[in-house]
Amino acid sequence: MKHLLSAADLSRDEAILILDTAAEMAKTQEREVRKLPTLRGKTVVNLFFEDSTRTRLSFEAAAKRLSADVISFAARGSSVSKGESLKDTAQTLEAMGADGIVIRHSASGAAERLATAGWIHGSVVNAGDGTHQHPTQALLDAFTIRRHLNDDAMGGGLDGLTVAIVGDVLHSRVARSNIDLLTTLGASVVLVAPPTLVPIGVGTWPVTVVHTLDEAIDTFPIDALMMLRIQLERMTGSGVAFFPSPAEYSRFLGLDAGRLARLPERAIVMHPGPMNRGLEISAEAADSPRSVIVEQVSNGVAVRMAVLYLLLAGEVES
Amino acid sequence: MTGAVMDAPDISRALTRIAHEILERNDGASDLVLLGVPTRGVPLAQRLADRIADVEPSFQPEERTGGIDITMYRDDLHRQPTRTLGETTLPPAGIDDRIVVLVDDVLHTGRTIRAALDAIKDVGRPRSVQLAVLVDRGHRELPIRADFVGKNLPTSRTEKVRVLVDEIDGEDGVIIDRSSPQGGDA
Repeated sequence: MKHLLSAADLSRDEAILILDTAAEMAKTQEREVRKLPTLRGKTVVNLFFEDSTRTRLSFEAAAKRLSADVISFAARGSSVSKGESLKDTAQTLEAMGADGIVIRHSASGAAERLATAGWIHGSVVNAGDGTHQHPTQALLDAFTIRRHLNDDAMGGGLDGLTVAIVGDVLHSRVARSNIDLLTTLGASVVLVAPPTLVPIGVGTWPVTVVHTLDEAIDTFPIDALMMLRIQLERMTGSGVAFFPSPAEYSRFLGLDAGRLARLPERAIVMHPGPMNRGLEISAEAADSPRSVIVEQVSNGVAVRMAVLYLLLAGEVES
Repeated sequence: MTGAVMDAPDISRALTRIAHEILERNDGASDLVLLGVPTRGVPLAQRLADRIADVEPSFQPEERTGGIDITMYRDDLHRQPTRTLGETTLPPAGIDDRIVVLVDDVLHTGRTIRAALDAIKDVGRPRSVQLAVLVDRGHRELPIRADFVGKNLPTSRTEKVRVLVDEIDGEDGVIIDRSSPQGGDA
Protein backbone atom coordinates (compact mmCIF):
# COMPACT_ATOMS: atom_id res chain seq x y z
CA MET A 1 0.00 0.00 0.00
CA LYS A 2 1.34 3.39 -0.97
CA HIS A 3 -1.73 5.58 -0.34
CA LEU A 4 -5.04 5.20 1.48
CA LEU A 5 -7.56 7.03 -0.68
CA SER A 6 -10.74 5.01 -0.53
CA ALA A 7 -12.14 2.18 1.56
CA ALA A 8 -13.17 0.60 -1.72
CA ASP A 9 -9.49 0.07 -2.64
CA LEU A 10 -8.88 -2.23 0.33
CA SER A 11 -8.98 -5.98 -0.14
CA ARG A 12 -10.29 -8.07 2.72
CA ASP A 13 -6.75 -9.13 3.65
CA GLU A 14 -5.47 -5.56 3.62
CA ALA A 15 -8.39 -4.37 5.75
CA ILE A 16 -7.83 -7.16 8.28
CA LEU A 17 -4.10 -6.41 8.38
CA ILE A 18 -4.92 -2.79 9.27
CA LEU A 19 -7.37 -3.89 11.98
CA ASP A 20 -4.87 -6.39 13.45
CA THR A 21 -2.12 -3.76 13.41
CA ALA A 22 -4.50 -1.32 15.09
CA ALA A 23 -5.18 -3.89 17.82
CA GLU A 24 -1.46 -4.01 18.62
CA MET A 25 -1.27 -0.20 18.48
CA ALA A 26 -4.24 0.03 20.88
CA LYS A 27 -2.36 -2.16 23.37
CA THR A 28 0.62 0.18 23.31
CA GLN A 29 -1.71 3.05 24.18
CA GLU A 30 -2.57 1.42 27.52
CA ARG A 31 1.04 1.68 28.65
CA GLU A 32 2.59 4.28 30.84
CA VAL A 33 4.95 5.29 28.02
CA ARG A 34 2.71 5.56 24.97
CA LYS A 35 5.27 6.86 22.53
CA LEU A 36 6.93 4.53 20.05
CA PRO A 37 10.12 5.33 18.10
CA THR A 38 8.84 3.77 14.88
CA LEU A 39 8.50 6.80 12.58
CA ARG A 40 11.38 8.83 13.96
CA GLY A 41 12.71 11.15 11.27
CA LYS A 42 9.55 10.97 9.13
CA THR A 43 7.44 14.04 8.53
CA VAL A 44 3.65 13.92 8.40
CA VAL A 45 1.76 16.95 7.15
CA ASN A 46 -1.86 17.46 8.15
CA LEU A 47 -3.43 19.37 5.30
CA PHE A 48 -6.91 20.44 6.35
CA PHE A 49 -8.82 22.53 3.87
CA GLU A 50 -12.04 21.88 5.76
CA ASP A 51 -12.82 22.31 9.45
CA SER A 52 -12.30 19.29 11.62
CA THR A 53 -11.55 18.78 15.26
CA ARG A 54 -11.42 15.11 16.03
CA THR A 55 -9.96 13.82 12.77
CA ARG A 56 -7.15 16.37 12.78
CA LEU A 57 -6.38 15.84 16.46
CA SER A 58 -6.59 12.10 15.99
CA PHE A 59 -4.10 12.05 13.10
CA GLU A 60 -1.84 14.42 14.98
CA ALA A 61 -1.90 12.24 18.09
CA ALA A 62 -1.32 9.11 16.00
CA ALA A 63 1.69 10.57 14.19
CA LYS A 64 3.20 11.95 17.40
CA ARG A 65 2.76 8.66 19.29
CA LEU A 66 4.85 7.10 16.51
CA SER A 67 7.51 9.85 16.88
CA ALA A 68 6.92 11.41 13.46
CA ASP A 69 7.30 15.15 13.10
CA VAL A 70 3.90 16.71 12.48
CA ILE A 71 3.23 19.88 10.54
CA SER A 72 -0.37 21.01 10.74
CA PHE A 73 -1.84 23.15 8.07
CA ALA A 74 -5.27 24.74 8.19
CA ALA A 75 -6.51 26.47 5.05
CA ARG A 76 -7.77 29.40 7.06
CA GLY A 77 -4.91 31.78 7.70
CA SER A 78 -2.74 30.20 5.01
CA SER A 79 -1.88 31.13 1.46
CA VAL A 80 -4.90 29.13 0.31
CA SER A 81 -7.05 32.01 1.47
CA LYS A 82 -4.97 34.14 -0.91
CA GLY A 83 -5.91 31.84 -3.76
CA GLU A 84 -3.06 29.33 -3.82
CA SER A 85 -3.96 26.18 -5.71
CA LEU A 86 -3.78 22.63 -4.39
CA LYS A 87 -0.87 22.00 -6.75
CA ASP A 88 1.21 24.88 -5.45
CA THR A 89 0.47 23.91 -1.86
CA ALA A 90 1.48 20.33 -2.67
CA GLN A 91 4.74 21.42 -4.23
CA THR A 92 5.55 23.48 -1.16
CA LEU A 93 5.03 20.39 0.98
CA GLU A 94 7.15 18.29 -1.36
CA ALA A 95 9.95 20.82 -1.03
CA MET A 96 9.73 20.48 2.75
CA GLY A 97 10.15 16.71 2.48
CA ALA A 98 6.77 15.41 3.58
CA ASP A 99 6.76 11.61 3.86
CA GLY A 100 3.05 11.40 4.56
CA ILE A 101 0.27 13.84 3.73
CA VAL A 102 -3.09 13.63 5.47
CA ILE A 103 -5.58 15.63 3.47
CA ARG A 104 -9.12 16.77 4.11
CA HIS A 105 -10.80 18.75 1.38
CA SER A 106 -14.35 19.80 0.54
CA ALA A 107 -13.92 18.62 -3.05
CA SER A 108 -14.52 14.93 -3.77
CA GLY A 109 -11.41 13.47 -5.40
CA ALA A 110 -8.93 15.96 -3.93
CA ALA A 111 -6.92 13.23 -2.20
CA GLU A 112 -6.72 11.13 -5.34
CA ARG A 113 -5.61 14.14 -7.37
CA LEU A 114 -2.88 14.88 -4.84
CA ALA A 115 -1.72 11.25 -4.85
CA THR A 116 -1.73 10.62 -8.59
CA ALA A 117 -0.85 13.94 -10.22
CA GLY A 118 2.89 13.39 -9.74
CA TRP A 119 3.33 16.51 -7.62
CA ILE A 120 4.65 14.68 -4.58
CA HIS A 121 6.51 11.53 -3.57
CA GLY A 122 5.00 10.96 -0.14
CA SER A 123 2.07 8.75 0.81
CA VAL A 124 -1.38 10.32 0.84
CA VAL A 125 -4.05 9.49 3.40
CA ASN A 126 -7.55 10.67 2.62
CA ALA A 127 -9.06 12.19 5.76
CA GLY A 128 -12.32 13.08 4.03
CA ASP A 129 -12.94 14.45 0.57
CA GLY A 130 -16.29 16.10 -0.03
CA THR A 131 -19.11 13.56 -0.03
CA HIS A 132 -16.84 10.82 -1.38
CA GLN A 133 -14.70 8.89 1.13
CA HIS A 134 -13.32 8.95 4.66
CA PRO A 135 -11.55 5.59 4.88
CA THR A 136 -9.96 5.89 8.33
CA GLN A 137 -13.39 6.60 9.82
CA ALA A 138 -14.69 3.38 8.27
CA LEU A 139 -11.64 1.50 9.57
CA LEU A 140 -12.12 2.77 13.10
CA ASP A 141 -15.82 1.89 12.93
CA ALA A 142 -15.00 -1.62 11.71
CA PHE A 143 -12.35 -1.92 14.43
CA THR A 144 -14.86 -0.86 17.09
CA ILE A 145 -17.50 -3.29 15.80
CA ARG A 146 -15.00 -6.16 15.65
CA ARG A 147 -13.84 -5.43 19.17
CA HIS A 148 -17.36 -5.58 20.58
CA LEU A 149 -19.06 -8.19 18.44
CA ASN A 150 -16.33 -10.55 17.23
CA ASP A 151 -14.39 -10.81 20.54
CA ASP A 152 -11.63 -8.70 19.00
CA ALA A 153 -10.66 -11.74 16.95
CA MET A 154 -7.25 -11.19 15.40
CA GLY A 155 -7.37 -12.09 11.73
CA GLY A 156 -11.18 -12.01 11.74
CA GLY A 157 -13.69 -10.00 9.76
CA LEU A 158 -17.29 -9.00 10.45
CA ASP A 159 -18.95 -11.98 8.80
CA GLY A 160 -22.62 -12.44 9.55
CA LEU A 161 -23.07 -9.11 11.33
CA THR A 162 -25.73 -6.58 10.37
CA VAL A 163 -24.90 -2.89 10.51
CA ALA A 164 -27.58 -0.21 10.06
CA ILE A 165 -26.43 3.22 8.89
CA VAL A 166 -29.03 5.82 9.74
CA GLY A 167 -29.53 9.35 8.45
CA ASP A 168 -28.05 11.59 5.80
CA VAL A 169 -26.52 8.99 3.50
CA LEU A 170 -26.64 11.39 0.56
CA HIS A 171 -24.01 13.77 1.91
CA SER A 172 -22.08 11.25 3.96
CA ARG A 173 -18.57 10.13 3.05
CA VAL A 174 -18.65 8.18 6.31
CA ALA A 175 -21.58 6.13 4.99
CA ARG A 176 -19.94 5.50 1.61
CA SER A 177 -16.66 4.40 3.16
CA ASN A 178 -18.44 2.19 5.66
CA ILE A 179 -20.59 0.51 3.01
CA ASP A 180 -17.44 -0.38 1.07
CA LEU A 181 -15.42 -1.60 4.02
CA LEU A 182 -18.15 -3.37 6.00
CA THR A 183 -19.28 -5.39 2.98
CA THR A 184 -15.65 -6.23 2.15
CA LEU A 185 -15.35 -7.59 5.69
CA GLY A 186 -18.49 -9.71 5.31
CA ALA A 187 -21.13 -7.65 7.12
CA SER A 188 -24.54 -6.81 5.65
CA VAL A 189 -25.45 -3.15 5.56
CA VAL A 190 -28.90 -1.62 5.93
CA LEU A 191 -29.34 2.04 5.02
CA VAL A 192 -32.04 3.94 6.89
CA ALA A 193 -32.83 7.32 5.36
CA PRO A 194 -35.73 9.37 4.02
CA PRO A 195 -36.04 9.09 0.22
CA THR A 196 -34.64 12.61 -0.20
CA LEU A 197 -31.38 11.63 1.53
CA VAL A 198 -30.76 8.40 -0.41
CA PRO A 199 -28.25 8.89 -3.24
CA ILE A 200 -29.22 8.25 -6.85
CA GLY A 201 -27.82 4.92 -7.97
CA VAL A 202 -28.15 3.25 -4.57
CA GLY A 203 -29.69 0.27 -6.36
CA THR A 204 -26.22 -0.78 -7.51
CA TRP A 205 -24.83 -0.73 -3.97
CA PRO A 206 -24.69 -3.95 -1.94
CA VAL A 207 -27.18 -2.64 0.63
CA THR A 208 -30.83 -2.78 1.64
CA VAL A 209 -32.65 0.55 1.99
CA VAL A 210 -35.54 1.31 4.36
CA HIS A 211 -37.02 4.68 5.21
CA THR A 212 -37.77 4.67 8.93
CA LEU A 213 -35.76 3.56 11.93
CA ASP A 214 -38.77 1.63 13.28
CA GLU A 215 -38.94 -0.44 10.11
CA ALA A 216 -35.22 -1.20 10.34
CA ILE A 217 -35.44 -2.27 13.99
CA ASP A 218 -38.51 -4.45 13.29
CA THR A 219 -37.06 -6.09 10.16
CA PHE A 220 -33.34 -6.68 10.74
CA PRO A 221 -31.26 -8.26 13.55
CA ILE A 222 -29.15 -5.13 14.02
CA ASP A 223 -25.76 -5.64 15.64
CA ALA A 224 -24.46 -2.11 15.25
CA LEU A 225 -26.46 1.05 14.72
CA MET A 226 -24.45 3.82 13.14
CA MET A 227 -26.12 7.20 13.49
CA LEU A 228 -24.93 9.79 10.97
CA ARG A 229 -24.75 13.47 11.66
CA ILE A 230 -27.27 15.70 9.94
CA GLN A 231 -24.85 17.86 7.97
CA LEU A 232 -26.53 21.22 8.12
CA GLU A 233 -23.51 22.87 6.45
CA ARG A 234 -24.01 20.78 3.30
CA MET A 235 -27.78 21.42 3.22
CA THR A 236 -27.82 25.15 3.01
CA GLY A 237 -28.48 26.82 -0.30
CA SER A 238 -31.35 28.38 -2.11
CA GLY A 239 -34.53 26.66 -1.07
CA VAL A 240 -32.86 23.30 -0.47
CA ALA A 241 -34.91 21.22 1.95
CA PHE A 242 -34.36 17.53 2.49
CA PHE A 243 -36.90 17.04 5.25
CA PRO A 244 -39.83 19.13 6.48
CA SER A 245 -38.54 19.88 9.97
CA PRO A 246 -36.00 18.69 12.52
CA ALA A 247 -38.87 17.44 14.69
CA GLU A 248 -40.14 15.24 11.89
CA TYR A 249 -36.64 13.90 11.20
CA SER A 250 -36.28 12.97 14.87
CA ARG A 251 -39.68 11.29 14.88
CA PHE A 252 -38.86 8.96 11.98
CA LEU A 253 -35.09 8.55 12.19
CA GLY A 254 -33.87 9.74 15.59
CA LEU A 255 -32.54 7.25 18.12
CA ASP A 256 -34.26 7.72 21.49
CA ALA A 257 -34.45 5.59 24.62
CA GLY A 258 -37.55 3.75 23.39
CA ARG A 259 -35.97 2.63 20.12
CA LEU A 260 -32.70 1.83 21.88
CA ALA A 261 -34.58 -0.56 24.18
CA ARG A 262 -36.00 -2.41 21.17
CA LEU A 263 -32.60 -3.20 19.66
CA PRO A 264 -31.13 -6.67 20.18
CA GLU A 265 -29.31 -6.96 23.50
CA ARG A 266 -25.80 -7.07 22.07
CA ALA A 267 -26.28 -4.16 19.67
CA ILE A 268 -23.96 -1.18 19.98
CA VAL A 269 -24.67 2.46 19.11
CA MET A 270 -22.11 4.44 17.12
CA HIS A 271 -21.79 8.01 15.87
CA PRO A 272 -18.85 9.51 13.96
CA GLY A 273 -19.31 12.83 15.75
CA PRO A 274 -19.88 15.65 16.22
CA MET A 275 -23.39 14.80 17.47
CA ASN A 276 -26.47 16.93 17.12
CA ARG A 277 -28.00 15.87 20.42
CA GLY A 278 -31.78 15.95 20.27
CA LEU A 279 -31.80 15.70 16.47
CA GLU A 280 -30.43 12.38 15.23
CA ILE A 281 -29.66 10.98 18.68
CA SER A 282 -31.16 11.71 22.10
CA ALA A 283 -28.98 12.34 25.12
CA GLU A 284 -30.20 9.10 26.76
CA ALA A 285 -29.08 7.08 23.73
CA ALA A 286 -25.78 8.91 23.34
CA ASP A 287 -24.85 8.44 27.00
CA SER A 288 -26.20 4.90 27.44
CA PRO A 289 -23.83 2.03 28.27
CA ARG A 290 -24.43 0.62 24.79
CA SER A 291 -23.04 3.72 23.17
CA VAL A 292 -19.42 3.28 22.06
CA ILE A 293 -19.09 6.83 20.77
CA VAL A 294 -16.28 7.86 23.11
CA GLU A 295 -14.45 4.60 22.44
CA GLN A 296 -14.64 5.32 18.70
CA VAL A 297 -12.46 8.36 19.33
CA SER A 298 -9.71 6.43 21.12
CA ASN A 299 -9.91 3.62 18.57
CA GLY A 300 -9.47 6.31 15.92
CA VAL A 301 -5.97 7.06 17.21
CA ALA A 302 -4.99 3.36 17.15
CA VAL A 303 -6.36 2.85 13.63
CA ARG A 304 -4.57 5.95 12.32
CA MET A 305 -1.34 4.80 13.96
CA ALA A 306 -1.76 1.50 12.11
CA VAL A 307 -2.36 3.25 8.78
CA LEU A 308 0.61 5.58 9.21
CA TYR A 309 2.80 2.65 10.25
CA LEU A 310 1.79 0.51 7.27
CA LEU A 311 2.19 3.36 4.78
CA LEU A 312 5.32 5.03 6.11
CA ALA A 313 7.47 2.58 8.06
CA GLY A 314 8.68 0.35 5.24
CA GLU A 315 11.20 1.04 2.56
CA VAL A 316 10.36 3.84 0.18
CA GLU A 317 9.01 2.44 -3.07
CA SER A 318 10.63 4.04 -6.03
CA MET B 1 22.91 -27.62 0.62
CA THR B 2 20.93 -27.99 3.81
CA GLY B 3 21.75 -29.77 7.04
CA ALA B 4 20.05 -30.40 10.37
CA VAL B 5 22.28 -29.38 13.27
CA MET B 6 19.87 -30.02 16.17
CA ASP B 7 16.95 -32.44 16.38
CA ALA B 8 14.06 -32.53 18.83
CA PRO B 9 15.93 -34.37 21.66
CA ASP B 10 18.90 -31.96 21.28
CA ILE B 11 16.59 -28.96 21.65
CA SER B 12 14.83 -30.53 24.60
CA ARG B 13 18.12 -31.21 26.41
CA ALA B 14 19.40 -27.69 25.69
CA LEU B 15 16.24 -26.09 27.06
CA THR B 16 16.35 -28.24 30.19
CA ARG B 17 19.96 -27.21 30.79
CA ILE B 18 19.17 -23.52 30.19
CA ALA B 19 16.24 -23.71 32.64
CA HIS B 20 18.59 -25.03 35.32
CA GLU B 21 21.24 -22.42 34.52
CA ILE B 22 18.64 -19.65 34.84
CA LEU B 23 17.61 -20.93 38.26
CA GLU B 24 21.21 -21.29 39.42
CA ARG B 25 22.23 -17.85 38.25
CA ASN B 26 19.25 -16.18 39.95
CA ASP B 27 19.11 -18.28 43.16
CA GLY B 28 15.67 -19.62 42.33
CA ALA B 29 12.68 -18.33 40.43
CA SER B 30 11.18 -15.82 42.82
CA ASP B 31 11.32 -12.71 40.57
CA LEU B 32 11.77 -14.32 37.17
CA VAL B 33 9.79 -13.30 34.11
CA LEU B 34 10.38 -14.91 30.70
CA LEU B 35 9.69 -12.80 27.64
CA GLY B 36 9.88 -14.42 24.21
CA VAL B 37 10.62 -12.45 21.07
CA PRO B 38 7.95 -13.32 18.44
CA THR B 39 7.60 -15.47 16.55
CA ARG B 40 9.61 -18.47 17.76
CA GLY B 41 10.96 -16.99 20.96
CA VAL B 42 7.48 -17.10 22.48
CA PRO B 43 6.97 -20.89 22.50
CA LEU B 44 10.61 -21.34 23.58
CA ALA B 45 9.96 -19.03 26.57
CA GLN B 46 6.88 -21.06 27.44
CA ARG B 47 8.86 -24.30 27.34
CA LEU B 48 11.57 -22.84 29.56
CA ALA B 49 8.89 -21.67 32.01
CA ASP B 50 7.37 -25.16 32.11
CA ARG B 51 10.78 -26.66 32.88
CA ILE B 52 11.42 -24.09 35.61
CA ALA B 53 8.04 -24.97 37.12
CA ASP B 54 9.06 -28.65 37.19
CA VAL B 55 11.94 -27.73 39.48
CA GLU B 56 10.29 -24.90 41.44
CA PRO B 57 6.66 -25.87 42.10
CA SER B 58 5.78 -22.37 43.37
CA PHE B 59 6.55 -20.91 39.92
CA GLN B 60 3.34 -20.37 37.91
CA PRO B 61 4.40 -20.48 34.24
CA GLU B 62 1.33 -18.72 32.83
CA GLU B 63 1.77 -15.77 35.20
CA ARG B 64 5.47 -15.34 34.46
CA THR B 65 5.64 -15.72 30.70
CA GLY B 66 4.92 -13.34 27.88
CA GLY B 67 6.05 -12.06 24.54
CA ILE B 68 7.45 -8.73 23.46
CA ASP B 69 7.21 -7.65 19.84
CA ILE B 70 10.16 -5.59 18.72
CA THR B 71 9.10 -4.72 15.17
CA MET B 72 8.42 -1.05 15.89
CA TYR B 73 11.84 -0.70 17.53
CA ARG B 74 13.91 -2.11 14.67
CA ASP B 75 16.62 0.07 13.17
CA ASP B 76 16.12 -1.27 9.64
CA LEU B 77 12.38 -0.63 9.20
CA HIS B 78 12.88 1.84 6.39
CA ARG B 79 15.11 -0.58 4.46
CA GLN B 80 12.59 -3.36 4.10
CA PRO B 81 8.98 -3.78 3.07
CA THR B 82 6.62 -3.02 5.95
CA ARG B 83 6.66 -5.77 8.52
CA THR B 84 3.54 -7.16 10.14
CA LEU B 85 3.49 -6.53 13.86
CA GLY B 86 3.80 -9.44 16.28
CA GLU B 87 1.89 -9.74 19.49
CA THR B 88 3.01 -8.26 22.80
CA THR B 89 1.59 -9.94 25.90
CA LEU B 90 3.00 -9.11 29.29
CA PRO B 91 2.55 -11.10 32.50
CA PRO B 92 -0.35 -9.73 34.57
CA ALA B 93 1.96 -8.36 37.27
CA GLY B 94 4.11 -6.54 34.73
CA ILE B 95 7.90 -6.51 34.65
CA ASP B 96 8.80 -3.73 37.09
CA ASP B 97 11.56 -4.85 39.48
CA ARG B 98 11.52 -8.36 38.01
CA ILE B 99 14.41 -10.28 36.50
CA VAL B 100 13.49 -10.47 32.82
CA VAL B 101 14.93 -13.29 30.75
CA LEU B 102 14.58 -12.47 27.06
CA VAL B 103 14.21 -15.59 24.95
CA ASP B 104 14.91 -15.78 21.21
CA ASP B 105 15.64 -18.57 18.80
CA VAL B 106 18.78 -17.30 17.03
CA LEU B 107 21.31 -14.69 18.16
CA HIS B 108 23.08 -13.23 15.14
CA THR B 109 23.90 -9.53 14.72
CA GLY B 110 22.43 -8.53 18.08
CA ARG B 111 20.18 -5.92 16.51
CA THR B 112 16.98 -7.71 17.45
CA ILE B 113 18.13 -7.78 21.06
CA ARG B 114 19.01 -4.09 21.00
CA ALA B 115 15.47 -3.42 19.75
CA ALA B 116 14.08 -5.69 22.46
CA LEU B 117 15.95 -3.75 25.15
CA ASP B 118 14.36 -0.54 23.85
CA ALA B 119 10.93 -2.19 23.81
CA ILE B 120 11.39 -3.41 27.40
CA LYS B 121 12.32 0.09 28.51
CA ASP B 122 8.92 1.32 27.28
CA VAL B 123 6.86 -1.25 29.18
CA GLY B 124 8.57 -1.14 32.54
CA ARG B 125 11.79 -1.08 34.52
CA PRO B 126 13.03 -4.55 35.32
CA ARG B 127 15.71 -5.11 37.96
CA SER B 128 17.86 -6.82 35.35
CA VAL B 129 17.58 -8.27 31.87
CA GLN B 130 19.25 -11.51 30.80
CA LEU B 131 19.31 -13.21 27.43
CA ALA B 132 18.66 -16.85 26.56
CA VAL B 133 18.97 -18.11 22.98
CA LEU B 134 18.66 -21.55 21.46
CA VAL B 135 21.40 -20.89 18.88
CA ASP B 136 24.24 -18.37 18.89
CA ARG B 137 25.58 -18.17 15.35
CA GLY B 138 28.07 -15.35 15.84
CA HIS B 139 28.65 -12.30 13.61
CA ARG B 140 27.68 -9.75 16.25
CA GLU B 141 27.42 -6.13 15.10
CA LEU B 142 26.74 -4.72 18.56
CA PRO B 143 28.26 -5.28 22.01
CA ILE B 144 25.63 -7.81 23.05
CA ARG B 145 26.12 -11.35 24.35
CA ALA B 146 23.83 -14.12 25.55
CA ASP B 147 23.75 -15.26 29.17
CA PHE B 148 22.36 -18.67 28.29
CA VAL B 149 23.08 -20.46 25.00
CA GLY B 150 21.63 -23.75 23.76
CA LYS B 151 24.26 -24.29 21.09
CA ASN B 152 27.11 -22.23 19.70
CA LEU B 153 26.98 -22.68 15.97
CA PRO B 154 29.88 -21.33 13.89
CA THR B 155 28.44 -20.12 10.60
CA SER B 156 29.40 -18.01 7.67
CA ARG B 157 27.44 -14.86 6.95
CA THR B 158 26.00 -16.32 3.78
CA GLU B 159 24.36 -19.21 5.59
CA LYS B 160 20.86 -19.09 6.94
CA VAL B 161 19.92 -20.69 10.26
CA ARG B 162 16.32 -21.73 10.71
CA VAL B 163 14.81 -22.88 13.99
CA LEU B 164 11.64 -24.96 13.78
CA VAL B 165 9.39 -25.34 16.80
CA ASP B 166 6.56 -27.80 17.12
CA GLU B 167 4.00 -25.14 18.19
CA ILE B 168 4.42 -23.21 14.92
CA ASP B 169 6.16 -25.49 12.42
CA GLY B 170 4.82 -28.85 13.50
CA GLU B 171 8.27 -30.19 14.37
CA ASP B 172 11.38 -29.30 16.34
CA GLY B 173 14.74 -28.78 14.69
CA VAL B 174 17.56 -26.41 13.78
CA ILE B 175 18.51 -26.34 10.10
CA ILE B 176 21.43 -24.62 8.44
CA ASP B 177 20.81 -23.60 4.89
CA ARG B 178 24.09 -23.13 3.02
CA SER B 179 22.61 -22.33 -0.36
CA SER B 180 20.90 -19.15 0.75
CA PRO B 181 22.61 -15.96 -0.36
CA GLN B 182 21.19 -14.08 2.62
CA GLY B 183 22.12 -13.94 6.29
CA GLY B 184 19.95 -15.62 8.88
CA ASP B 185 17.43 -14.17 11.25
CA ALA B 186 18.11 -12.05 14.30
